[in-house]
Amino acid sequence: MELVEVKKLQVELDAFAGRDVYLHLETTNGSYATHFNEGFFNAGAFIRNVVINYELGKVVGDSPHRVGLKLPHGWVYAQGITHYELDEQGRLLLAGHDGSGKLAVALQISETPFSY
Amino acid sequence: MTIPQERHVLVVFPHPDDEAFGVSGTITTHIQQGTPVTYACLTLGEMGRNLGNPPFATRESLPIIRKKELQASADAMGLTDLRMMGLRDKTIEFEDDEKMVGLMTDLIEELNPSKIITFYPDFAVHPDHEATARAVVRAVRRMKDRPTLHGVAFANNTVEMLGQPDVIYDIQEVRDQKMNSMKAHISQTAWMLEEMEHKLQQGDKETENWLTKERFYNYRWHEDFEKSF
Repeated sequence: MELVEVKKLQVELDAFAGRDVYLHLETTNGSYATHFNEGFFNAGAFIRNVVINYELGKVVGDSPHRVGLKLPHGWVYAQGITHYELDEQGRLLLAGHDGSGKLAVALQISETPFSY
Repeated sequence: MTIPQERHVLVVFPHPDDEAFGVSGTITTHIQQGTPVTYACLTLGEMGRNLGNPPFATRESLPIIRKKELQASADAMGLTDLRMMGLRDKTIEFEDDEKMVGLMTDLIEELNPSKIITFYPDFAVHPDHEATARAVVRAVRRMKDRPTLHGVAFANNTVEMLGQPDVIYDIQEVRDQKMNSMKAHISQTAWMLEEMEHKLQQGDKETENWLTKERFYNYRWHEDFEKSF
């Protein structure tokens, strides 16, 4: 993965617009957050292989970035995006990694389903 | 405590590296004693958070890396019967509970183990650990002749609620294998191992103790975690 460059990532987001794509969206503090810090309120969400078709995708701001996808009847967005990669299977993988190298958020789109 | 001879040992954990920290010395010792050991690892740790910054992997490539690491850990322990059960990390508690019991029952009926090692329900911290422990306990509960059931417990309230572990194995002789099993999972353990090396160099007794002893609780059927299932 490489650090997000807004102009380059915007080109990739544009390329998937108006097409049916599989979505992976995840936010996480890790399952051990409350074990290491008992007062911590651990919340997160995960969705994988839901098909969406967005009319407009935008990456905004200084790093960490926000990325939003406008759908005919709704929205998808993620904040905290630091890195991206168009992988060898043509999937657009966006992720936010904290200073210690732990993933905190992921937003991925693909024309073929992600594995299980 | 010396590790007794067993007919067959079945180890069930949800994530690659769950075996390394708490149990790899015990697994290695059983294998060296000629006891067949099967490790059923339910997922490939697909949702692991250690991806590095700069990242060395993506959400999609991580399971490929962790599968290789799991195999390397098995090799380090001399373990030849490694089962990758194909579930997805962080979803085990949402699977059908009866299906999970069936998965465990099938393994037990096939292997006829005299001892099973898994997590101890209610003291296993991670939701996947808890779901794995529940499935194993439920499957064993239904058996007529129950094998020994050893649970790994590490919740913050473990000693308060369960007391000290009643099974403590000295695994000094296979310390290198244990270290190599932990090192095999380098994508997830690098920072922890670094911290450990540092503590060992400072002569930290607790860390040393942790490397030379493995601790289990015999499952307390008289204090079963649920009345029925």
